[in-house]
Amino acid sequence: MDTINAGDTAWVLGSAGLVLLMTPGLALFYGGMVRAKSVLNMMMMSFIALGTVTLAWVLWGYGESFGTSLDGLGLVGNPVGHIGLSDLLSADAVMGPPGHQIPTLAFAAFQATFAIIAVALVSGAIADRAKFSTWTVFTVLWATIVYFPVAHWVFDFSTPTHAGGWIASNLKAIDFAGGTVLEINCGAAGLALALVVGKRLGFRKDPMRPHNLTLVMLGAGLLWFGWFGFNAGSMLAATGGTAIVWMNTLVAGAAGMMAWLGVERVRDGHATSLGAASGLVAGLVAITPSCSAVTPVGAIAIGGIAGALCAYAVAWKFRYGYDDSLDVVGVHLVGGLVGTIGIGFFASKAAPAGVDGLLAGGGVDQLWRQVVAAVAVLAFSFVLTGALGLALHRTLGFRVDRDDEMRGVDLSEHLETAYDLVARGGRLGVGSAAQHLPDARHHDGHVPSSALDALTTPPQGDLA
Amino acid sequence: MKLITAIIKPHQLEPVKEALEAFGVQGMTVSEASGYGRQRGHSEVYRGAEYQIDFVPKVRIEILAEAEDTEAIVDLIAITARTGRIGDGKIWVVPVEDVVRVRTGDHGRGAL
Repeated sequence: MDTINAGDTAWVLGSAGLVLLMTPGLALFYGGMVRAKSVLNMMMMSFIALGTVTLAWVLWGYGESFGTSLDGLGLVGNPVGHIGLSDLLSADAVMGPPGHQIPTLAFAAFQATFAIIAVALVSGAIADRAKFSTWTVFTVLWATIVYFPVAHWVFDFSTPTHAGGWIASNLKAIDFAGGTVLEINCGAAGLALALVVGKRLGFRKDPMRPHNLTLVMLGAGLLWFGWFGFNAGSMLAATGGTAIVWMNTLVAGAAGMMAWLGVERVRDGHATSLGAASGLVAGLVAITPSCSAVTPVGAIAIGGIAGALCAYAVAWKFRYGYDDSLDVVGVHLVGGLVGTIGIGFFASKAAPAGVDGLLAGGGVDQLWRQVVAAVAVLAFSFVLTGALGLALHRTLGFRVDRDDEMRGVDLSEHLETAYDLVARGGRLGVGSAAQHLPDARHHDGHVPSSALDALTTPPQGDLA
Repeated sequence: MKLITAIIKPHQLEPVKEALEAFGVQGMTVSEASGYGRQRGHSEVYRGAEYQIDFVPKVRIEILAEAEDTEAIVDLIAITARTGRIGDGKIWVVPVEDVVRVRTGDHGRGAL
């Protein structure tokens, strides 16, 4: 026990709290971007991951991600190796290099918050139209089949006594905080799921402008704040290298925002608030894998390229006709690829990872490793998510019916309305609504439209 | 008695209200409205995707007045709400059969 470094442990536990805040932040970021009739559902798709993924993580997810590799293949950890994390409660359960040891349980807590937000990220691709029950099942199965194994590939390093993942230990691609595990993985999953679930009614026809950009700005701010835990916390120690990572996280967000706004100003004539929020996230996405491998100047390049490229990539869905509603592909997949592959170009020996990229005279050795890791995660995630999504779509159904989608998934999936701005819908009263509304449900739990009409139709008011 | 309904630009509400008060109008009902006339809305761009916004925010003012005051009130609204730019709005007048003051039950002119 005396081997634990208190400063490092405090930083990792604090970082875990920062990263956890990113999921409610993402809920705001996504929630503001959808229409008013589905903001609660959008936020709940993130919040439910806080519940389901946490439980899965404690029971089998940590084992799948960081347990000893099954057969030493580096593909998936032993899911029954750490059930309930009870083996991590002992004072002997420590990890890290001498002098920087932290409780393994602190690491398990930190990584739990990554798994949660990874699942929540995917939901942006299927806004406004998904059945909440099916999404809830999806969160558990997707984490189990896709996220936990990929986390094992990339984040679990082999030691003399532990067989880790193939990308971390054999390929030796650099992905410091999850450019492949989270960004490329979630982007590819979002694309697959958007294709399975299909386009929103009125896609490319009806205006679907964001209903509350102030929520989007607040969410983007919380994401940036939490991202310092995400990236700098991934050092698992409070060192000089941690400071470099922290600074790169600040710089890339700034560069991403400026680049996106620059593209907008030139292309569309105005710098928009949604562009600022999107650009800073694009920059942060790209610096996630690369924050340990580049200098702040490299972070400007990577964040800037991501901000500019993503500002164009978000238009692809209209050109090619897939309804990735909130641009999980355009921001996270594209930004993740920029950051992951960008390491091969912009890496510098001066950064903690200690590798020179192509532009620093390091040749293509690191570049090809980055490309292989990116393509492997992209393909694995796209294929498995597509298969899982199709299986759920054919059995449980992934999509609400047409009327419910028109009326809004807040009502059909949660029987709630986000905003009661004029307070005119109160005929039933709070107490009576709570008592009587469940009676209006059919035995299958479906709410007949007459009950919903009572909620949505205001009483006829008089003039003056 | 007449009902005067005016659809105006939201930021013109304050000068219109002040002018009406100065004229002696006792009350009015104001509601948020949206719509378009010949100006046909505008377009907004979100993440590079352009949206045509047809319904522009407007304010609707409703005033119950005696017939002889109507023309003056309409002119007053028209003058104070006017910016000279497209989308300034419309005003119309319709006859009113009866008016009731809810508190007292008074009918007709006494209820105005």
